[in-house]
Amino acid sequence: MKHLLSIDDLTVDDVTQLFATAAEMHDVQHRSVKKLPALRGRTVINLFFEDSTRTRSSFEIAGKWLSADVINISAKGSSASKGESLRDTVLTVTAMGVDGLVVRHAASGAAQQISEWVDVAVVNAGDGTHEHPTQALLDAYTLSRRLGSLEDRHVVIVGDLTHSRVFRSNVKLLHKLGARVTVVAPPTLMPSGVGAWSAQAGFTTSWDLDEVLPSADAVMMLRVQRERMQGGFFPTPREYTIGYGLTRDRLAQLKPDTPICHPGPMNRGLEIAPEAADAAASMVLDQVSSGVAIRMAVLYHLLAGEENA
Amino acid sequence: MTAIVVRAATLPTGERADLLLDDGMLQAVGSVDVPAGAEVVDADGLVALPGLVDLHTHLREPGREDAETVLTGSRAAAAGGYTAVLAMANTNPVTDTAEAAERVHDLGRAAGLVDVQPVGAVTRGLAGEELAELGLMARSRARVRVFSDDGRCVADPLIMRRALEYVKTFGGVVSQHAQDPALAGPQACCHEGELSGQLGLPGWPGVAEEVIVARDVMLARHTGSRVHIAHVSTAGSVEVIRWARQQGIAVTAEVTPHHLLLTTDLLSGYDPTFKVNPPLRPEEDVLALREALRDGTIDAVATDHAPHARHDKEHAFVDAAFGMLGLETALAAVRTAVPELAWADLARVMSFAPARIAGLEGQGRPIAAGEPANLVLVDPEARVTVDRDESLSLSRNNPWHGRQLSGAVVATYLRGQRTHG
Repeated sequence: MKHLLSIDDLTVDDVTQLFATAAEMHDVQHRSVKKLPALRGRTVINLFFEDSTRTRSSFEIAGKWLSADVINISAKGSSASKGESLRDTVLTVTAMGVDGLVVRHAASGAAQQISEWVDVAVVNAGDGTHEHPTQALLDAYTLSRRLGSLEDRHVVIVGDLTHSRVFRSNVKLLHKLGARVTVVAPPTLMPSGVGAWSAQAGFTTSWDLDEVLPSADAVMMLRVQRERMQGGFFPTPREYTIGYGLTRDRLAQLKPDTPICHPGPMNRGLEIAPEAADAAASMVLDQVSSGVAIRMAVLYHLLAGEENA
Repeated sequence: MTAIVVRAATLPTGERADLLLDDGMLQAVGSVDVPAGAEVVDADGLVALPGLVDLHTHLREPGREDAETVLTGSRAAAAGGYTAVLAMANTNPVTDTAEAAERVHDLGRAAGLVDVQPVGAVTRGLAGEELAELGLMARSRARVRVFSDDGRCVADPLIMRRALEYVKTFGGVVSQHAQDPALAGPQACCHEGELSGQLGLPGWPGVAEEVIVARDVMLARHTGSRVHIAHVSTAGSVEVIRWARQQGIAVTAEVTPHHLLLTTDLLSGYDPTFKVNPPLRPEEDVLALREALRDGTIDAVATDHAPHARHDKEHAFVDAAFGMLGLETALAAVRTAVPELAWADLARVMSFAPARIAGLEGQGRPIAAGEPANLVLVDPEARVTVDRDESLSLSRNNPWHGRQLSGAVVATYLRGQRTHG
């Protein structure tokens, strides 16, 4: 594994190994001295072309606990608008002498394109509406800590699928791990061509949340971006919540202790009711702490090199 | 001017003949005695076609001379077997006045390799709001007959109606880039379908093209004017055009070589080389376009040659420039895509029909005595692997790089002068 650009880059064995490493890293999180020497002398740049607090901090902590030098570069706005090509921006940053790039970009495919221009490890920290592989890894890792094997578990993903990189990475990874996945959204928020895609990628689609919820072993609510509310994708936030939100009433339809995930930031009252967000079965904060462990595992596997393997 | 005898060329009809080129004209076709001092070109095994005519070229001058100039674009055109190209109006400044059109026309004459015929903008500055000086461009030295806001759709139905009505007076035609901007969305960068859903790229549905084609054929019927649909890319557009022709509506249409051969799955690696507008479509559209070209529903092949500086393609996929090179590879790409097209059909779709649509005199004429000596000699057996670095274009955004295509242009003649080979 040279880069982590997409869940497609990972075999089931890779995932198993990452989860095992993450479990060890998880223990470090609870020590008073949270520092491993694994990446001492290595430099990781968080190259963020799009704002992100949580993902950037999570990668930053992960790198620092592994003793890497971590530098955050915020390059917001497309480089096109600044008159510099993306390739030039990336080559400039890389020429400083870095070992790994953690890239977040508003454009789908950016991480892959960048990986073709540089010879250092590239981690995709979210590319447009394409993928967010470490989010999917941390989601699956969180769920597997709660549920054990995900084999044949029914995971329901609800929300703005069209614009969700979390959905795209999750549906691939959960399928790899043997879970049965149902994705739920109104037709206006379903990705184009999802019918053919789902048939081939082994997930099912539904417009009816109430029909699928009772059989769910886990529920993953996706954030509805503010700008979608003006985009005519659904008539009003109220109608969205009634149709697709994890409301108090729907919470009652779930099997007891069904884990509830949300990648954050949450729109309380829109896609998720406070009662669901704060429920005992809510995994939201576990996801955040698992996120650090997973990102430590990813950086470790990509950057620790042969001598530490 | 030295007379040239082209020996034993195969004509589109399949007959073999010698051709005598002198004084800019084809003086004789058949069995020719070589006049004293004439140059003899052995064309045994080569096919002679009438010089190709491209309805749709971007030459980038004025404004982006780093990507292409009239001269370098003319060289690429001649290398592709073209003797005339229509230069699209989306330069900077836009070709929306007589003076701008004459400038492009004159640059073309100065280059002297192909007839460069400017296309005039339909609306001022391509802004889609008010008509450009269509009549003055038509009356200018450049004799503009084709008008297009290519790169943008003339989206306002009333502006489109007025443009269609107005160009009738001088036999003009509006070439429409059919794409409803509301349905396509500002960030659309590829075909909307299963792959765009997976890649997370905002797409254009085929219907964004089809609704404009449908609207414009109805406007053409209503106004009794002629409309031309640029770079048709979907099966649905083909159906609408086929219907319109059956109704006797004056609609013509073109298809690009890349839409006849390349499919949307090339985008799976996010390579902006394959980012083009209209986008590459799935196989079923490609098959429908080939069928439409064979049965005459689509009249012409046009390249949409769109050179871009390297750095304008080295952005994230959604930010990269639209377009790909096409002049040098067009004939071979079409032969590769639709090998069943006979030479006579190729002459029709790449020379006669585009010249007729554009109203170009002295282009797209049959290979016969008394006609202008615009010719291209093609080696039908050649198999060429395209190397983007061998291009005469200033740009390298070549989607054919590394592909093997069948047929090679050996020589091109414009009014008896060799312009390539």
